[in-house]
Amino acid sequence: MVEIISLLVENKPGALMRVTGVLVARGYNIESLTVARTLDPTLSRMTIVVDVDDRLRPQVIKQMNKLINVLQAQDHTEAPAVSRELLLLRVRAIATEGQNKDARTAILKEAEIFGARVVASNIEGFVLEVTGDPEKLDEFIDVMRSYGEIEVTRSGMVSVSLESKKLKLAPPITRGATQSEEEENGVLNG
Amino acid sequence: MSTAMANKLMSGSEVLLECLVQEGVEVIFGYPGGVTLPLYDAMYDHPIRHILVRHEANAAFAAQGYARSTGKTGVCCATSGPGATNLVTGLVDAMMDSIPMVALTGQVTSKLIGTDAFQEADTFGITRSATKHNFLVKKIEDLPQILHEAFYIAKSGRPGPVLVDIPKDVFQAQGHYQPVNSIHLPGYKFVVDGHNGQIRRAAQMIWEAERPYIYAGGGILHGDASEELVETVDIVDCPVVNTLMGLGAVPANHPRFISMPGMHGSYAANMGMYNADLLIALGTRFDDRVTGRLAAFAPFAKVIHVDIDPSEISKIRHADLPIVGDVKRILKRLNFYLRETKDEMAPKTEPSRAAWRTQIKEWMEEHPYDRPVSVDEIKPQHLMTEIDRISGGNAIVCTDVGQHQMWAAQLIRFNKPRLWINSGGLGSMGFGMPSAMGAQVANPNQLVFSISGDGGFQMSLPELATIVSNGLPIKIIVMNNGYLGMVRQWQELFYNNRLSQVTLDTFPKADLLAAAYGFKGRTIEHPRDLRSALEEAVAEPGPFLLDVRVTPFENVYPMVPAGGAINEMVLGQPSPAPAGVK
Ligand SMILES: Cc1ncc(C[n+]2csc(CCOP(=O)(O)OP(=O)(O)O)c2C)c(N)n1
Ligand SMILES: [Mg+2]
Repeated sequence: MVEIISLLVENKPGALMRVTGVLVARGYNIESLTVARTLDPTLSRMTIVVDVDDRLRPQVIKQMNKLINVLQAQDHTEAPAVSRELLLLRVRAIATEGQNKDARTAILKEAEIFGARVVASNIEGFVLEVTGDPEKLDEFIDVMRSYGEIEVTRSGMVSVSLESKKLKLAPPITRGATQSEEEENGVLNG
Repeated sequence: MSTAMANKLMSGSEVLLECLVQEGVEVIFGYPGGVTLPLYDAMYDHPIRHILVRHEANAAFAAQGYARSTGKTGVCCATSGPGATNLVTGLVDAMMDSIPMVALTGQVTSKLIGTDAFQEADTFGITRSATKHNFLVKKIEDLPQILHEAFYIAKSGRPGPVLVDIPKDVFQAQGHYQPVNSIHLPGYKFVVDGHNGQIRRAAQMIWEAERPYIYAGGGILHGDASEELVETVDIVDCPVVNTLMGLGAVPANHPRFISMPGMHGSYAANMGMYNADLLIALGTRFDDRVTGRLAAFAPFAKVIHVDIDPSEISKIRHADLPIVGDVKRILKRLNFYLRETKDEMAPKTEPSRAAWRTQIKEWMEEHPYDRPVSVDEIKPQHLMTEIDRISGGNAIVCTDVGQHQMWAAQLIRFNKPRLWINSGGLGSMGFGMPSAMGAQVANPNQLVFSISGDGGFQMSLPELATIVSNGLPIKIIVMNNGYLGMVRQWQELFYNNRLSQVTLDTFPKADLLAAAYGFKGRTIEHPRDLRSALEEAVAEPGPFLLDVRVTPFENVYPMVPAGGAINEMVLGQPSPAPAGVK
C-alpha cells in the first residue's frame, strides 16, 4: 500500500537527508518525493509517497515528527486532500513521413482529451505536459505509447490538504528556566 | 554572564569552551588531532577537565559512563576524519539506550570541505542516523546558539546523542560569546504532562485487573522516576520487573521486585509476563530480547504503555491505553488517582491480586537463578555472587557484552538507580571498561567494578593507560572463560556444538600486564581464592586487575531461544563436550 505524506520542513542543511534517511533506515520504500519552498522561504513542503503496510502508516508519521527539522507531518492518504502529478512526455512522430501526418493529428486530439498541452513541437514529434492523478497519467502514457517511441518524466506526487490544520509548534524556551517556569510558559507541552 | 565576557574578543575555541562552562560541563573525554589543535591550545590554560583516552571509541563510551551514572550530559571530543569515525559506535550505542551525550568533532577548514582534504570525512552525513540530531557549524557567530541547542536536545524529551561538527577555521575565527537566552526549535515538540483522562483510566484499569504486572525500563532512570515507581508498586502491591536497562529502578531488595524479564530473565519474571492480565509498561520499548516471539508475549494482557516518545507506542505491541509524556509526572498523578480510588475499587479484585502475588512467589521459589558453586573450579555465577556480596547493592557495576553481562544482571543486586551500566540496545563489546572510567570520574569516591569477558576486555585494553594516568581506582574484573562465551553458547546450542572462531587461547598474565602499566593485578583459578582476591582488589587504593579463570563451558540460563515464547524457557542442562573446535 502507498502512503501519501505531506511534510512541512525547515529549510536547513541536511533536512532532506534526515527525512529520506529515516524512511530508508526503517525499511519504507520511497515511491516518489517532491520538495520545494513554501510562501515562507525558510520552509519547504515535501510530498512523499512511500510503500508501506497500512498498519504502519501512523508509525511513519511519528518517525517523521521526531525529526527536529520537521514542523508538521500529515498523512494525506485518506484525509481530505488533493494529490496531483505532472508528467512531461516526448512522443516521436516525424512530420516528413507521409503516413505520419495522421498520427500527428491523432496525438494532438488525444492530448486534448487528456487536457495535455503541447509544450514543444518539432519535425521529430512533440513534448506534451499533463497533470492529474497517477491513474490518469498511466492511461495517458499507454495511449501515447501506441503512437510511437516515447520518453517520460514524472514529477512525483504533490498534495495539498483541503482543511487548514493548525500548525502546532514548540514555543521558544528560556535558557536556565526552572522546570516549573517552563511549565508555566506551557513550553514543554508541545 | 557578565557583559565583560560578551564584549571580550575570543577565538571560536574559547567561545566553545565558554559554552561548555555555561552548560555546567565538568569533564571532556577526548583525543586531539590536526583540526582540533586550536581547541586543544585553548584548553591548555582553561580550567575545564579533559581526559585523554587512548582511542576515540572509548571517549564516547566513557562519556556514556559519566552520563549513565549521573544523569548529566556526557561530553566527548574527537578530531576530523578517523577521530570522528571512531566515535560512531559510541554514538549509535547512546542512541539505542537514550543516553544524553554531546559529541564535538573537528572538521577540515570550511573552504576545503568537499575536496577530499586530508582527514576529511562527511561526519555530518555519517552520523545522521547515529545521533538524535547533528549540526555542522558554518561560522563562529552560530557557535553559541548551536551548542546550547545541542545540549538542550541531548537532555530533553527522550535523551540521546547530539554531534556538533566544527571546521578548523571556526575554532580559529575571532568573535564574541553572545549569551543565548532562548532556544527556539519549532519542530522539536514533545509532550511531558500526559493526558489526564488517560491517567485516570489507567488507575481504573489497574484496579480492575486481577493479575497486574509492572514492566519498567530504562525510561524510569532517564526520567528520574524511581521513587514514584516504587510508590506505584507499593500502592498496587503488585509484582514488578526491571528490564536490562532499568535495573535499579526498583531496589532489588523490594519484596515485590522479581528480576529482569526476557531472553535471560528469571523464570518468575517471564512466567509473570506471560500470565499477566494487565501489563503496565513504563519507559520501555518491548525489545525483542524481552518479548521473544511476539505472538506469544503476554497473550492475556491488556497493555498500558507510558513513554515520552510517541513513536514507541504501539510500535511493537498494541497499547490498549497509551499515555505519552514524562514518566515521573505521569506516575505522580497515577499514584494520586490510584490512592483516590483504592478504597472504592481495590477490594473487589484484591483476592485475585493476593493469589497472583502468591503465584509469583511460588514461581520465584520454584526456579530461582542457578548459583552453582564447585570445589575445584570457579563457576561464573559464583564470581557474580561474590561481587554481589561485596557490593551489597551499592557499588557501580559496568559490564561489557556477553555471558558475564547476563550473569551479572541476574545475580548482582542494585538498590539504587544508576549503579548498573551496560550497553543494552546495541550490545557493544568494548563498552565495559571505558564506561567504568566515565562512571569513576563522575563518582570518585564510589566503588566501581568493571566486569568484562576475556574477549571484550581485550577490545578496551589500551584504556588501562588512561585508568592509570588518571588514578582511577576501578576494580577491573575479567571473567575469563577462554572463549567468546556467548557466541560459543549459541554455537553449542544451535550449531551442533561446532566451535568456530570463538577460542581465546592467548591471554596476557594479569600480574605482568598490570605491572607493565604500573599497577596491581592477579590471576585466580581456585574458588578458595575468590573471596580474598576480590577483597584484595577492593582494598587496593588504586586500580586492580583481577583475572578470574572460570569454568569454560557454562551456559547462561534460563534462556528463551531467539523466536521462542517467553514461557517456554530452557532452564539449563550441563554442556556436552564440543563436537569440534576451529
Ligand atoms: C563489537 C562487537 N563485536 C561482536 C559482538 C558479538 N558478541 C556478542 S557476545 C560476544 C562474546 C563476548 O566474549 P567475551 O568478551 O569473552 O564475554 P563472554 O561472553 O565470554 O562472557 C560476541 C563476540 C558484539 N556484541 N560486539
Ligand atoms: Mg569470554
